[in-house]
Amino acid sequence: MFELLGIPPQALFGQVLLGLINGSFYAILSLGLAVIFGLLNIINFSHGAQYMMGAFVAWMCLNYLGMNYWVALLLAPLIVGATGVLIERNFIAQLNSSDKTRSVIFVAVALVAFVALTRGLSEMSVAVKFVIAIGIGLAASSAYSWRRPFAPSETQTDHLYGLLLTFGIALIIQGLFRNEYGSSGLPYQIPPQLAGGQNLGFMFLPNYRGWVVVASLVVCLTTWFMIEKTRLGAYLRAATENPTLTQAFGINVPLLVTLTYGFGVALAAFAGVLAAPIYSVNPNMGADLIITVFAVVVIGGMGSIMGAIVTGFTLGLIEGLTKVFYPEASATVIFIIMVLVLLVKPAGLFGRTA
Amino acid sequence: MKLKSLLLAGAFAALMSGTAFAQVSVKVGVLNDRSGLYADLSGEGSVIAARMAVEDFKAADKGIKVDIVSADHQNKPDVGSTIARQWYDQDGVDVIMDVPTSSVALAVNQITKEKNKIFINSGAAASDLTGSACSPNTIHWTYDTYALAQGTGGAMVKAGGDTWFFLTADYAFGHALERDTTAIITKNGGKVLGAVKTPFPGTDFSSFLLQAQASKAKVIGLANAGGDTINSIKQAGEFGIVAGGQKLAGLLVFITDVNALGLQTAQGLVLTESFYWDTNDQTRAWSDRFAKLNGGKKPSMVQAGVYSGLLHYLKAVEATKSKDSATVMAKMKELPTDDPLFGKGKVREDGRKLHDMYLFEVKKPSESKGPWDYYKQIAVLPAEQAFRPLSEGGCSFIKK
Repeated sequence: MFELLGIPPQALFGQVLLGLINGSFYAILSLGLAVIFGLLNIINFSHGAQYMMGAFVAWMCLNYLGMNYWVALLLAPLIVGATGVLIERNFIAQLNSSDKTRSVIFVAVALVAFVALTRGLSEMSVAVKFVIAIGIGLAASSAYSWRRPFAPSETQTDHLYGLLLTFGIALIIQGLFRNEYGSSGLPYQIPPQLAGGQNLGFMFLPNYRGWVVVASLVVCLTTWFMIEKTRLGAYLRAATENPTLTQAFGINVPLLVTLTYGFGVALAAFAGVLAAPIYSVNPNMGADLIITVFAVVVIGGMGSIMGAIVTGFTLGLIEGLTKVFYPEASATVIFIIMVLVLLVKPAGLFGRTA
Repeated sequence: MKLKSLLLAGAFAALMSGTAFAQVSVKVGVLNDRSGLYADLSGEGSVIAARMAVEDFKAADKGIKVDIVSADHQNKPDVGSTIARQWYDQDGVDVIMDVPTSSVALAVNQITKEKNKIFINSGAAASDLTGSACSPNTIHWTYDTYALAQGTGGAMVKAGGDTWFFLTADYAFGHALERDTTAIITKNGGKVLGAVKTPFPGTDFSSFLLQAQASKAKVIGLANAGGDTINSIKQAGEFGIVAGGQKLAGLLVFITDVNALGLQTAQGLVLTESFYWDTNDQTRAWSDRFAKLNGGKKPSMVQAGVYSGLLHYLKAVEATKSKDSATVMAKMKELPTDDPLFGKGKVREDGRKLHDMYLFEVKKPSESKGPWDYYKQIAVLPAEQAFRPLSEGGCSFIKK
């Protein structure tokens, strides 16, 4: 029997498997980021917050509406994806618009609504009032821009604005949830159908973890297939290459962009629901994870779909092995790899140099 | 210029009106985690507790004017140090309270000594605060790693859990907790088979749990806190560790953690705390008042400790009519402590606050009457047993 640095092979297989499981989360999350970056050129910093929202919506479905895990797995991505659509339409798209009146109307109305709510209703929590105020503001600004043509700005906006905007949104979302639910988290049980586990001889594999790997592989490969092999995917890729020309062919590019963002966000929420039964459901769960996921995306190559999937699983595996051989470094190993990759291939392992 | 003079005039007026009634005016800084994983067990709740202490003490009637300021140290020693320095140097803060996260607490401990102010720690665990890093300016109020080890560790070994494997949060607190628990285990005839240092804060502990499982130790000691503990317990359940016959020892579990885990997952867990809201009529009455101000959430022992610590500080200020650090510290160590939450106790020379600790077991879902009804008491550890004897701490200013 061989032994590697004093670790018996059985233990090693177990760790490899665990690494793959963690890799599935990295893969889904980095896939969402890659899809969004590929089409929108936006570095979506609110991805972590949207992952957290997925977990929270699952919890809300269970506790307020009595819906089980499986319903939440479908519903949460839809709900969070819908908020993503709202964010894209009302904030991200506005970055490229020269018409700033809309934004002014939004801020002014939301502010007035918030002040009015805080004065008028003391029953509701601040977070709920804030969300309602935002909703009123959005309604007002949408009413203003109804049937008004979208006026694109003369200059292409920098990556930096999208990054700052989404980062700000992430902070707001996390703050709202922290205000409402506290920071120590909420309980969420593993669905009864997946409780228990299999004894594989070398390790005890909880059924739920097995399900996580399968679910994420299916979602990742379907997404890859959709983007690389279908007509819709071809439109998407064309819009990425040259939005103006694609639009000239009669394809509704803004709609495509909005839906893509919504889809990327839905992926994050899906990962969030998957994570809810095994990780602590708390407002910071995404913030802790997102930095690592960004490193994964950078290593894979910004915007590369296959790159995101493959590096997601691989890095999960490498991190898993580090946890056996030198646990203290397991939080840093991904960043060391990132530095090395950037030194050798600045565009990432699967990225194309522009 | 005009604005500045206006502000100055305002400040002067405020000062005058303040001094008209008050002989002593003290400024209390509550420094803790307000946004991260320890925000629920300390955070705004600690500030509420501090305000309640001022209110209950009737400070204004006794000629003491108390200002409370608060800040978020984000669990980072550098951030905490910067705030502490600014508070002491520029904002005129006399006493810093709470400070969870041992690494930050040790930094603030050092600065407080340098600036000759007072530091009453409630949130942090590392027993070094009254041991190798002890300071004549620091009081360690609520609990420490030694007491936790003595409580949970001692109880587990006595119940037959004589081989251990640690999951240790890789920073000052985790190291201290592992060290103190190891000492208790070996003293009681047990053995530590191994330990793994986990990055802080962590999300996935399954890999470490698997290593613990492979060690065949009877007890897996969780030398971590907050979100780390929640994740480890949740995942240990998932990997069938408890079902496989190994026991989990949550060495530092707060009531907020149990709330986050849910009784279904947390049931049967044995843990040590110095305060539980449902202990007697006094704690219940105080906790009800607290919960009303804190969105229905019951107090953690850390928040209760802030209340009790500030109350004692104010008593010392009242008795000495002074806020000179040495004078007040001497008085605090001289006066016996007595409050509705921790009962009678005292502050030892090395700054260790002594009171009883309690061993609790988390209730089964069927035993609980509702939210926050989580613990049943299984033992009381008298103060002399719970805390490290004065002679063993290795505190530099204690005469041997």
